Amino acid sequence: MKNTIILLAAASAFAATATAQEITFDLKDPKGVNNIVFKLDAPLESINGTANGITGTIEIDPAEPEEIEGKIVVETKSLTVSNSLMQEHMLGADWLDAANHPEITFEVKEVLNPVKNGNEGTADVKGLFTLKGVSKEITAPAKVTYLPGRLADRTNGKMQGDLLVIRTNFQIKRGDFGIKAGENLDKVSDTIDISLSIAGSAPKS
Amino acid sequence: MSSFLRLGTLILWLSILSWWILAGRNPGWTKTSVSTMQTDPVTGIDYPVWKKQFVPGIDLLAVGTGCAVVLFGVSFLPFLSRNTKNQQL
Repeated sequence: MKNTIILLAAASAFAATATAQEITFDLKDPKGVNNIVFKLDAPLESINGTANGITGTIEIDPAEPEEIEGKIVVETKSLTVSNSLMQEHMLGADWLDAANHPEITFEVKEVLNPVKNGNEGTADVKGLFTLKGVSKEITAPAKVTYLPGRLADRTNGKMQGDLLVIRTNFQIKRGDFGIKAGENLDKVSDTIDISLSIAGSAPKS
Repeated sequence: MSSFLRLGTLILWLSILSWWILAGRNPGWTKTSVSTMQTDPVTGIDYPVWKKQFVPGIDLLAVGTGCAVVLFGVSFLPFLSRNTKNQQL
């Protein structure tokens, strides 16, 4: 009986330790640094734009990064290009339809081929990418850097905590997401190159 | 009248061409804002900083050249030449 109690106590202590190591990182960045860069080839010049309306959370155990979970949300109307008329068209009903589809999301489903090297790690992240109301499963190579105790450096010491930096580059085809599928291919390419660079913060009280 | 129109056309075209050259000879589309990349010192993330800036592109140069060609052509219309002759008389 005594052994069973000790075993149960040890098991619960281990479970508590295991869950305590999972950290939730908030992707909302008051400094406005988190960003997405997108690029589409076009005859005269490539169309380059950025987005910075990023929110969401990532849950990760730095010791076991393959257990990552979370969702990245991008506000559609935060997508910006260098020409205001082009931006109006991009956000309009024919292209991204920002009024009816205000969010672009990526929900992490699975982590494949994780490689950990100190506080850095790489992996292929499989998830559900949703754009203009259409969801497709995609796999993107990601680099994750865990910066323990570095939140203070970013907030001038006002907050203590950790940072998590995620970087990824991947491609999608606009036609797969119902964005003028098969149309205007002579003006704007079907393939969109996307680079994502985000930092999440996990304050500690 | 036709001489004035030709002179005006030349000034218009040279103005647009000079503007395009002085603004950096942008070979792409006209820009209404430009971004520069900066680096966050803690995370190392490169991020864009946008600012409102009008940069004329090749499209504006093409439209300006097109307008100049049309105006130059108009200056050869008979009634303009006739008016000029009448004014001279």
